[in-house]
Amino acid sequence: MLGLNKKDSKFLIIVILLTLSTPFVMQPFSEASALSQFNGGYPDLMQRVAIFGIFAIGFNILFGLTGYLSFGHAAFLGVGSYSAVWMFKLLSMNIIPGIVLAVIMSGIFALLIGYVSLRRSGIYFSILTLAFAQMSYNLAYSVLTPITNGETGLQVRPSDVRLLDGANAPDYPNLFGWTMSTSYKWEVWGHLFTFNVGFYVCAFIAICAFYLSLRIFRSPFGLMLRAVKSNQNRMSYTGLNPRPYTLAAFVISGMYAGLAGGLLASMDPLAGAERMQWTVGGEVVVMTILGGAGTLLGPVLGAGAIKYLENIFSKINENILHGWFDFLPEGMENFFVWLFARFTGDGWHLTLGLLFMMVVIFLPGGLMEGADRIRKRFGRKSDDNSPSNPAE
Amino acid sequence: MGILEVQNVNKSFGGLKALQNVNLSVEEGTIHAIIGPNGAGKSTLLNCFVGKLMPDTGSVLFNGQSLLGKKPYDINQMGVSRVFQTPEIFGDLTVLENVLIPCFAKRDGTFRMHAIETVEDEVDIREKAEKMLIDVDMADNMQMTASSLSRGDKRRLEMAMCLSQDPQLLLLDEPTAGMARADTNNTIGLLARIQERRHITMAIIEHDMHVVFSLAQKISVLAQGTVIVEDLPENIKGHPKVKEAYLGEAAE
Repeated sequence: MLGLNKKDSKFLIIVILLTLSTPFVMQPFSEASALSQFNGGYPDLMQRVAIFGIFAIGFNILFGLTGYLSFGHAAFLGVGSYSAVWMFKLLSMNIIPGIVLAVIMSGIFALLIGYVSLRRSGIYFSILTLAFAQMSYNLAYSVLTPITNGETGLQVRPSDVRLLDGANAPDYPNLFGWTMSTSYKWEVWGHLFTFNVGFYVCAFIAICAFYLSLRIFRSPFGLMLRAVKSNQNRMSYTGLNPRPYTLAAFVISGMYAGLAGGLLASMDPLAGAERMQWTVGGEVVVMTILGGAGTLLGPVLGAGAIKYLENIFSKINENILHGWFDFLPEGMENFFVWLFARFTGDGWHLTLGLLFMMVVIFLPGGLMEGADRIRKRFGRKSDDNSPSNPAE
Repeated sequence: MGILEVQNVNKSFGGLKALQNVNLSVEEGTIHAIIGPNGAGKSTLLNCFVGKLMPDTGSVLFNGQSLLGKKPYDINQMGVSRVFQTPEIFGDLTVLENVLIPCFAKRDGTFRMHAIETVEDEVDIREKAEKMLIDVDMADNMQMTASSLSRGDKRRLEMAMCLSQDPQLLLLDEPTAGMARADTNNTIGLLARIQERRHITMAIIEHDMHVVFSLAQKISVLAQGTVIVEDLPENIKGHPKVKEAYLGEAAE
């Protein structure tokens, strides 16, 4: 199917089914039940999972295959967002021109930054990308205010030109009239399921992005990228120039980041400089490693896990904690509430940090390695787990 | 004129003269050994052939074209392959993938962006790589991760990688360094077989005299950065200058 072998086709179908069923899977508890706070927020959260999934898939093409660790991918996310919002302002609220420009602009940016940064490897490369990201952030925040609207962020206004939009075009980002925020609700057995246009647009694009990365992983180009990671010296004595290969990987992953940025702006037509902060670039590094760098599905899992847990943990405030521990004597109750409050709400990053440390120490291959170990434990040894397929 | 012509090559590192007026000519279709005591400049010389080092003066011609100032990958694309002293392979990849990469490099040049077709669909390249591995008796290990091979097998894999590109000149840097006698003999057998079958020109740097005299059709002896003798193997053995270089009699 689609130029894939049987195994990969099966794999792709599973991914498609999983993606399309997230509205069900991520909302296992009915709205009325006490456990509803463990539901993944919808549609916002689901959109973010799909978008950050795209971001992480792209990042993995660079980091997972070539081993070049970039801390600067937030810059491309930001460039994508700004480009998309500018298209909304100038051309049309239809998301397609916005997303196309986002991908093109971030590609150009990645080419420039990559060309300079890839003169070095290892830690020096990481530092260079980090420096570029911070430069972009500061430019967006102050110097380039006419383009980025600085601190306030770039927003759409009723007074915008929007050359292509007619008089009665929707005022929100839309796909040929379907606004992204539209939701269709469906109630079954006391469960309320919501189908949101924005989510399905993100999901469709995420599946395409995943398919493309699958093709890259299986292609001779992907093989060369893994060769870059393995032994650059041998590569150049084998007649291959590693530089254009790494640059191509860098640009592709930058374009993925730009696509994610464009989608973020499409879901919520606002672009701020904080999207270019290095912490955003750090987050995608954590997602990729948590899920399993160099595997196909790992980055998506990492993005999903982090966004889902973030949603739950940051929702738990002291009131909820008091509710949980009110069976304890008062002194104990206050102690436990105080203790747990460090790790929830605003303290969510502490939990994430601990989780990340645990994964790196005990599961260096990320969640995918965990899944592999479980599969082996239960004796279902996958038949052709040849090392030539580091994916899955 | 030989396939590789080295003329008046000089190279110094600071005050140390590593190579002084080195002249060398490798005839097409032969195995040419470069020997000499430690520190004679053998590896420096080899590095001048492959684009790693730039000689201060002199010229290195391959098929009449200068190799100086060219990048290692361009030199490889001209038909020069190199086997390293410690095997340089793609340790994280499988044995088969290790051989696929040079096959792609040979067909597609230094860079080609073919991200759409899969490796599996490249039947010609796969067949070529598999045949190469059968040739060096590694067909059973195709799906193994290369880093888990034994040292002797790594070396064989590296040779297979170089040979799969059908090089016109194969440079070998101590191909039997650190090997047990049996492995050394296997390597000698392999090299002799390759030369007989494919007529590939080889330049070997070697310490082990057993290897040198089993294989070489011509020998250059390098000492203190200069070629002191270049002759047929039978004339090298008893040559007084060679004895002097190795045993250090009658210092100048």
